[in-house]
Amino acid sequence: MYNKSLKELSISLQNRDISSVELSQYFLDRIKHFDGEINSVITLNEDAALLAAEQADKNIQSGKAGLLTGIPLLHKDIFCTQGLRTSCGSKMLDNFIAPYTATAVSQLEQAGAVMLGKTNMDEFAMGSSNETSFYGGVKNPWDLNTVPGGSSGGSAAAVAARLAPLASGTDTGGSIRQPAAFCGITGIKPTYGRVSRYGMIAFASSLDQGGAFAKSAEDAAVMLQAMSGFDEKDSTSVDRPVDDLLDHLGDSIKGLTIGLPKEFFTDDLDNDIREKVEAAVDALKSAGANIKEISLPNINLSVPAYYVVAPAECSANLSRFDGVRFGHRCDSPKDLEDLYKRSRGEGFGDEVKRRIMIGAYVLSAGYYDAYYKKAQQVRRLIREDFAQAFKEVDIIASATAPSVAFSAGEKKDDPVSMYLSDIFTIGVNLAGLPGMSVPCGFVDKKPVGLQLIGNYFEESRLLNVAHQYQQLTDWHLAVPAGYEKEV
Amino acid sequence: MSIQSEDVLKIAHLARLGIQDEQVESYASDLTNIMGLVEQMNQVDTTGIEPMAHPLDQVQRLRPDVVSEKNQREALQKNAPDIQDGLFLVPRVIE
Repeated sequence: MYNKSLKELSISLQNRDISSVELSQYFLDRIKHFDGEINSVITLNEDAALLAAEQADKNIQSGKAGLLTGIPLLHKDIFCTQGLRTSCGSKMLDNFIAPYTATAVSQLEQAGAVMLGKTNMDEFAMGSSNETSFYGGVKNPWDLNTVPGGSSGGSAAAVAARLAPLASGTDTGGSIRQPAAFCGITGIKPTYGRVSRYGMIAFASSLDQGGAFAKSAEDAAVMLQAMSGFDEKDSTSVDRPVDDLLDHLGDSIKGLTIGLPKEFFTDDLDNDIREKVEAAVDALKSAGANIKEISLPNINLSVPAYYVVAPAECSANLSRFDGVRFGHRCDSPKDLEDLYKRSRGEGFGDEVKRRIMIGAYVLSAGYYDAYYKKAQQVRRLIREDFAQAFKEVDIIASATAPSVAFSAGEKKDDPVSMYLSDIFTIGVNLAGLPGMSVPCGFVDKKPVGLQLIGNYFEESRLLNVAHQYQQLTDWHLAVPAGYEKEV
Repeated sequence: MSIQSEDVLKIAHLARLGIQDEQVESYASDLTNIMGLVEQMNQVDTTGIEPMAHPLDQVQRLRPDVVSEKNQREALQKNAPDIQDGLFLVPRVIE
């Protein structure tokens, strides 16, 4: 049951082989059985989920069902869910009950999906290993001594362990693609502005973008389709119709040109990972794609520019946590400044504090031009590099991450080495392009991810290439040892 | 750029962020390392390049100036740590 595709589950529901209540209970039972060891879920939504499943069953009976009706899923705990705790992985919001629901969540709810709970994540989505969560780290189901990646590590680990068929995530610098790679599942971050950011707790507003985790590109397409679209409540949402993401999955990729950026295939890339990525590229070539070397000459500056832009925006966004209107407040503040400082000092963890301080520093008087303006100029150069590349190629391919999942604790005390684990993903966010990761093999029994990058609003083509790759390979069907059993 | 302990204290104050005395030095060292990474940007000459604020060069969308939200004071204040008569309470500001 747990390894069935979304389409298969949907057919089983429509044929009444199983009810949504039964299916939801099945995955709730898997969460209860397995999540003690991986810690991927912060808050379970059991009672409300079963009620929503009952409603879905009624809709199925009356013939008002779509592909997602009655399908259980999990949401990253960064998405506000009315009446249910929305912690963002932080002590600051440990007691926060969202007064409204994020648009992306509402749209999935409208499509009939059943929310089973909220997943663990790096605090305020700041991290690449899920170790900065106030609720403790998440373990990678492929090897419990390693991290699941981050920041959407809980969502990725949960789908990998087959605790839910789908989960939402957000990606500011790689937070969907890198955990998807580490956990051996499929993850997609669409074009900036495609999924509404309304009710998605802000980290770096010009980079943040919601997206989907699933077992396959086809399943991810169904989920992303439901999440996407213009939302007037998000001032950066793009007013443009959403393509049909399922229509072109079956298209041939014959004649498509795939670019390999030479900067992503240097000697720094682990040899075993290179082999897996090259094998994946060969598979696409065998399906008729043309392969071409390209250059993104400024891409090596993406991590440096990101660590100005993202912390600057984070320091502004997180100034709302003041201990006055919502969130953590310190005990017996002696004056207003003490209230602010202690509430924030106690409510935020180390990594969040580091980034707020970097942001405050680069924006402070006298430094703005040297850092923030410079980073925005570099950002333009990076975008132009991609624009140039997309004149020659349809899709860009690379490894998603420079290594497989690393050990818990390995990079925890070395922020710079942690930041460099996103070197292949961050440029995509700076440029605002869509990107995804699909499983393409194993090194030391740990999953390797193939990153695919598309041009603006070409999610449909991206999913088409990923789907065609998954017709040729079965890496995406592999289930981590220990999680194949029924409970 | 080397960030000293006094810089950390100044930045933390600007951001109204309480930090433990014993952590100041390790923040200074982390921030110095991060700024070292950031300064790799200086490898490229960006003279004359226009700064980019939005990937799609979108500008802020405007809407008609009409009421679009209902008053939800009570619902929103449910998350507040301390309220009275519909107001948020803070320590005395004016003596």
